[in-house]
Amino acid sequence: MATESSYYVPEQSRLPIFATIGLFLTAFGAANWINGGSAYIFFAGALSMATVLWFWFAAVIRENMAGLNSVQLKRSYVWGMGWFIFSEVMFFAAFFGALYYIRTFALPWLGGEGDRGSSNMLWEGFQNTWPLMVTPEQAVSGESAKVVGPKGIIDPWHLPLLNTFLLLASSVTVHIAHVFLKKNKRQAFNLWLGITVVLGAAFLYFQIEEYMEAYKHLGLTLESGIYGTTFFMLTGFHGAHVTLGTIMLLIMLLRSVIAHHFKPDDHFGFEAASWYWHFVDVVWVGLFIFVYVLGA
Amino acid sequence: MAHGPKPGFTRWLYTTNHKDIGSMYLWFSFAMFLLGGCMALVIRAELFQPGLQIVQPEFFNQMTTMHGLIMVFGAVMPAFVGLANWMIPMMIGAPDMALPRMNNWSFWILPFAFAMLASTLFMEGGAPNFGWTFYAPLSTEYAPPSVTFFIFSIHIMGASSIMGAINIVATILNMRAPGMTLMKMPLFVWTWLITAYLLIAVMPVLAGVVTMMLMDIHFGTSFFSAAGGGDPVLFQHVFWFFGHPEVYIMILPAFGIVSAIIPTFARKPLFGYSSMVYATASIAFLSFIVWAHHMFTVGMPIAGELFFMYATMLIAVPTGVKVFNWVTTMFRGSMTFETPMLFAIAFVILFTIGGFSGLMLAIAPADFQYHDTYFVVAHFHYVLVPGAIFSITAGVYYWLPKWTGHMYNETMGKVHFWLAFIGLNVTFFPMHFVGLAGMPRRIPDYALQFADFNQIASVGAFLFGAAQLVFLFNVVRTVRGGGKATDEVWENPQGLEWTVPSPAPYHTFSTPPAVR
Repeated sequence: MATESSYYVPEQSRLPIFATIGLFLTAFGAANWINGGSAYIFFAGALSMATVLWFWFAAVIRENMAGLNSVQLKRSYVWGMGWFIFSEVMFFAAFFGALYYIRTFALPWLGGEGDRGSSNMLWEGFQNTWPLMVTPEQAVSGESAKVVGPKGIIDPWHLPLLNTFLLLASSVTVHIAHVFLKKNKRQAFNLWLGITVVLGAAFLYFQIEEYMEAYKHLGLTLESGIYGTTFFMLTGFHGAHVTLGTIMLLIMLLRSVIAHHFKPDDHFGFEAASWYWHFVDVVWVGLFIFVYVLGA
Repeated sequence: MAHGPKPGFTRWLYTTNHKDIGSMYLWFSFAMFLLGGCMALVIRAELFQPGLQIVQPEFFNQMTTMHGLIMVFGAVMPAFVGLANWMIPMMIGAPDMALPRMNNWSFWILPFAFAMLASTLFMEGGAPNFGWTFYAPLSTEYAPPSVTFFIFSIHIMGASSIMGAINIVATILNMRAPGMTLMKMPLFVWTWLITAYLLIAVMPVLAGVVTMMLMDIHFGTSFFSAAGGGDPVLFQHVFWFFGHPEVYIMILPAFGIVSAIIPTFARKPLFGYSSMVYATASIAFLSFIVWAHHMFTVGMPIAGELFFMYATMLIAVPTGVKVFNWVTTMFRGSMTFETPMLFAIAFVILFTIGGFSGLMLAIAPADFQYHDTYFVVAHFHYVLVPGAIFSITAGVYYWLPKWTGHMYNETMGKVHFWLAFIGLNVTFFPMHFVGLAGMPRRIPDYALQFADFNQIASVGAFLFGAAQLVFLFNVVRTVRGGGKATDEVWENPQGLEWTVPSPAPYHTFSTPPAVR
């Protein structure tokens, strides 16, 4: 293994420029698609992005197995992943902050309370409630309103509670897997990591159930005023992160089962994925409290 | 690792070398500086006389918007990242940046992102026209269709910034030569560490706010629409939670550069090193709790006005510590006035003027008068042009001999300085007056009594623009040839970067140096 003094600086690489092209096509394609153009550019971009990431991670894994990565270089990956997760925390903070602002300031003011209660003059008859079942526009225009509040909301003590158990359990199982990996118990590692992936997939299944119920039976949609907006944006972005986390853990599982990657003392790829998993778990606890329980 | 750069253009496309990437960042930033500058000149040309002369109001709005976006995200930020790329590994004795491939990715995203942003000028309905702060509902309900492309270009620029910042953090925390403790790091490294932290904390919030816009525009959400229970003011809170730290992202590395240059030309060690570090950290902390001072007139509870007013004024304390330290470093120093020093001294004086007008704006009841006038424009251009831009220019002159191995032309450097110094003061100083007299910003026409000061400002702007061509010429000439620079370049400058040959070899510090 290389020593502290030889930090591996990779040779020239085509990965970054291809990744740029992939990212650009994805972003440009998404904008083009949303603006009414064709979706092909977006999908071409997403596909090339995924391909580049595949080769990029493969290169990093190959370098590590070849013993090029010193202890010091591995620390760079650790710092990198840690700060990346912090940036994700701040992304969610923006949406949690929006929810807080809406509930603590914007809606009471619209309802005529507090310092800016005069806003109510524009929306006469509007009353501040949470969950917001009647939007300000409905309060003024009645039947002809375009933005209509939901008819019902998700009961936190059914599917969301079940999902809370699933995710909390998955955080424990991924930790158990980690412990077995450090003890070099490969079978047990694979088993517990597999259980974690199944728990993640189950969470996603129930979240889809929940969304279908919201759209089909409750009239709770992205378009049903600020309640639907905050509900779907927060849970939706969390769901997207769970999806990504599940894929990451699944890849770790396949790497272990098929390619026998990871050693008891060298498995940061798995560890990074498990950090990410704990992070989405913590976000969920915040969602369960602030969106579901305190929002019902 | 003993070999040099690969021949041909693929050197730049595939590179993992921090010096190559630093150069690309700097050249890209200069190109954006000229593009954004041309847009500023369109604005100034239109404002040369009252009435509509040259452009239509719609296009004028697109120019103010694109000028702001390009200068902030395309010129100032990438220039600092370029300097960080070149200098941080050399200053801390590291062989390269911590994550070299990601480093190249961070750079290459930018030309693509800005190509996408610039292409909106040619789209139906024109480019974004809602100001660089893109307040809703102007940027949502009333935006041109190109706003979607604007949103996605902000997304990928943000990804680039976050990756760049993570790389800098990992480099500084993990790659320092043995013996280089945190409190021995040059201030440029310190200020960049703190800046990188700010970037990682707030770029995701920017991504969040443009995502909310995208959802409101295309997917029927109600974030910024009171009809559905949202609030347009929410936009301003989230935006400025990003925006105010962003302001410091554009000035903290400048503090680092100036703190490197002034001791060299005053021939004295920097006064109050540790207080500089603590002041930088304090400014960064305060930047998170002052955002609503941009929104005093939006209608906030009085408690909010007061909190944000006092918190904002607090920033003057650590900033004052810094200015005091720079002045004290120069005090009874054996000073010489080479081009980098001229820019650095101008920085200290003019940035302080910008700081004082900032204090005026911090007073909430006074801000009711100044808000959205040219006084605000004068204020932030005083902190950004002789602040950020001058410090970058100073840094380029200071380290250019180390990069190229050649001395730049000192006379031409001084000509550049005086043209830029006079040009910018002629441009921005009169804006204080028209602002106090009530001229609103972002309007293509104005009342007759503002004509004289506006004409003066426009003349100054073209002078400042011309000065940059002298800069370009001088730099290109220095890259191509000129007097040989010594390894030390200046008289006994401090820092590891001066211990390597000029030009700095393609790979420096493959074995870490010993630091006392």
